[in-house]
Amino acid sequence: MAETRDALMVARNSEGRLVHRPLSPHLQAYRPQITSVLSIFHRITGVALSAGTLLMVWWIVAAALGADAYAGVQAFVSSPIGLVLLFGWTAALFYHLCSGIRHLAWDAGYGFDKPNYAYTGYAVLIATAACTLLAWAVGLIVWLH
Amino acid sequence: MSETGKSMSSPDAHVAVMRSQLGRVRGLGSARSGVSHWWSQRWTALVLVPLTLWFIWHVIALLGAPHQAVLDWMYSPLTVVLMLCLIVATFHHMQLGLQAVIEDYIHSEAMRFGLLLAVRAAAAFLALLAAVAVLKMGL
Repeated sequence: MAETRDALMVARNSEGRLVHRPLSPHLQAYRPQITSVLSIFHRITGVALSAGTLLMVWWIVAAALGADAYAGVQAFVSSPIGLVLLFGWTAALFYHLCSGIRHLAWDAGYGFDKPNYAYTGYAVLIATAACTLLAWAVGLIVWLH
Repeated sequence: MSETGKSMSSPDAHVAVMRSQLGRVRGLGSARSGVSHWWSQRWTALVLVPLTLWFIWHVIALLGAPHQAVLDWMYSPLTVVLMLCLIVATFHHMQLGLQAVIEDYIHSEAMRFGLLLAVRAAAAFLALLAAVAVLKMGL
């Protein structure tokens, strides 16, 4: 299998020599642009949210275990570290959600042209900030009520 | 073979011939699984949009509420079903996404294989843990 892959990964460079194709583009070779920065942010937030699922599972399992375990999660979430983690998790979630909708629109054939992907890129950033602040504003009102 | 005959004159002809007619008909490509990974990533993303917003809405409503409020919410069959959908879609989506990241950035064969297995195991374990906890409260 490795031989087949090697054969398909061989190409000629501009001097006509046979070279191996790179497996993925090297990020540091490119000037940061709104498209590329948002793209890698989608991955970074995806990985961060994977870690964030631990908090979700802990919350659900603690609720199933009983009042004492549930009080433990509540104490952690309302601690300084818990609040910072929860804020980061909320921002990452709304970013990945908004950016994901942008990706789904591209997959459906909408907005994948030059001025539009810059506009929607900035719209994703604005929507992320708006959703995160709205969720925390409503959350804090409910919490302190 | 007549279709590939034209490209035989090019220096990279061996690459064109490498794909058999059967392989072309199956259309599974180098990933050997066709577009199933791409498609699963999309349908899980689509269902996660409303499910995630629904979940955030209820978590906000439950902030600072006593333990009993969570149990009351989880007692509804609708909550249980939507939570199970959320759990399945989340961990399936997570596994597919982490798989793509690992395949792109981890070049050591052994490390990549180990990480792919670990991600699958972790996704299945966390999904089952959450699902059983939801069922324990809801049933």
